[in-house]
Amino acid sequence: MCGIAGLIHRGKSSNVGNELQAMLQALKHRGPDSTGYALYADNDGENFIMRFKVGENVGEGSSSVNEDESVYDKRKELVDSMLKNLGAKVIKEEKLTPYSYRYEMKYDDDLMEFSKKIESIEGVEILSIGKSLELIKDLGDAQAVLDRYDLGKVTGTHAIGHARMATESGVDIKSAHPFWGYPFSDVSVVHNGQLTNYWNNRRVLENKGMRFMSECDSELIAVYLAEKMRNGASLEEGMKDSLSGLDGVFTYFVATKDSLGMAKDTMAAKPLVLYESDDLVAMGSEEIAIRSILPQEIDTYDPFDGEVKVWQI
Amino acid sequence: MANLKTTEKKTKAQSMGLHSEVLTGKTQQKFFNPDEAENFYYWGTYDVDFNKRIDLDVNDLDCKEANKKIDELMSQGYGTIVIKNPQGKHSLGVGVLNKLNLIFEGSLGYFGVGSIDGPTVRINGRVGWSCAENMMAGKVVIEKNAGSCFGAAVRGGDLICKGSVGARTGIDQKGGTIIVGGDAGAFTGFMMQRGRIIILGNVGINLGDSMYDGTIYVGGKIGSFGSDAIESPMTKSDIDWIKRKLKVAEIGENFDVSKMTKVVAGKKLWNYDALEPTEKKGAI
Repeated sequence: MCGIAGLIHRGKSSNVGNELQAMLQALKHRGPDSTGYALYADNDGENFIMRFKVGENVGEGSSSVNEDESVYDKRKELVDSMLKNLGAKVIKEEKLTPYSYRYEMKYDDDLMEFSKKIESIEGVEILSIGKSLELIKDLGDAQAVLDRYDLGKVTGTHAIGHARMATESGVDIKSAHPFWGYPFSDVSVVHNGQLTNYWNNRRVLENKGMRFMSECDSELIAVYLAEKMRNGASLEEGMKDSLSGLDGVFTYFVATKDSLGMAKDTMAAKPLVLYESDDLVAMGSEEIAIRSILPQEIDTYDPFDGEVKVWQI
Repeated sequence: MANLKTTEKKTKAQSMGLHSEVLTGKTQQKFFNPDEAENFYYWGTYDVDFNKRIDLDVNDLDCKEANKKIDELMSQGYGTIVIKNPQGKHSLGVGVLNKLNLIFEGSLGYFGVGSIDGPTVRINGRVGWSCAENMMAGKVVIEKNAGSCFGAAVRGGDLICKGSVGARTGIDQKGGTIIVGGDAGAFTGFMMQRGRIIILGNVGINLGDSMYDGTIYVGGKIGSFGSDAIESPMTKSDIDWIKRKLKVAEIGENFDVSKMTKVVAGKKLWNYDALEPTEKKGAI
């Protein structure tokens, strides 16, 4: 089933960490397996933030194979060595969990080649790269992930998130949403639905040099949009193209450094409730997600089939 | 296989596009039998007084607790219950099988007032997916917008949304009337079997797709017709009936009903087996 939520403050910054947590917690019944946040934070915009994992969460409910944690340190050392070889300068590093890190770094070259090199290290996956994007995903509900990664204090302009019920791939971080729009910095995607032409699209995109890290059908949306943008399409053009290029049922959100978009399939098979005012757009799979941050009486509506909308900060 | 035979003498209802067949062969129509009255017993029905009014704040209640409380209040004779702070919660007001004035001061989530039989409901907000699903009788008025599957499988009563509604409005509708003041999404009237839908605004693609019977009236533009949905001429009976219904619904006061488009089933896709017509006639 899965639940998705997103919000964008226009013209101001807010505590998006706590706001998104409240929205996703309200949707917990739609997906208790894992929770993900893509927060567009008030960073200085100078350096890249790279979040990556060197292993999986093998806690209760995980479908991942248990590994000796000593391999995590070895993989981290290999990442550090690779970064040095690539000419990336690490300004600050944080160990968030035994299996995940947040690096602040300077890097000026091609992100696609950079990502390929880093992810050539066995067991390493880049969760996101961006100058404002902070992408966090892990097993557990919204409160558990917020606490584990200390997201309550994150302020920013916009955010999207996902409460996942695993249906077509494992209960693990690599299959959790949001997905980073590799190789673009600051692009993230969350999705509710099923894509039925996943393998056909994947084969085509892999032949074009795009990478898939999971077998989750939702990852296709991020890669599909990234490939469109790589060829010069705007975000909105890519999203409109996806209505015919992606087969199946879907409502998805995509966010960039300064925008937030939604798309709904032509069958309108997946839910979405939308609230829009001059200074705030909030949307989610169910009204209760919006109510969790706007308890007063407000006007909301369901976008129609085949609708694509994009808002700027 | 049941035989479907067209009757020669048309009734007023048939002239409006409703069913025009009688069932013969193995099929038998079932009628209410007083001897089987016990089979029609509803648990939880009470004598209530509409003048006995109470407010119920459900802010700190979940849907089960709230619905149980509504039942308790009806058992105490309250005939007008005002629900405060519904906050988009799911499944509020479901299964009310009683006469009752039920007023929601706010918005509902999914499955609001589903499977009701008899109450008059006013919702001063919006509703999520599947509002009034399987409604048997009564009247539901929504002041704002509604989500998808609005009035799914309704069997009777009036379901009115003053705003716009999502996709698949009136899916599997088996009776009653659905009235929408604004626009409606794709697949409106999908597989509907009986009853009528009035949309004053525009509708999306695949209107009336695979409908078996029933009638859809559209005031605005139609995205496209679904399989086996065809246009039919508006009659004076149609216009008079819609005007009366809109007056009852308190919307579309100055709406030009005569320019609406009437959509009915082409009836080329029917594929009943021997049993389905029996179920159909018994259920509707």
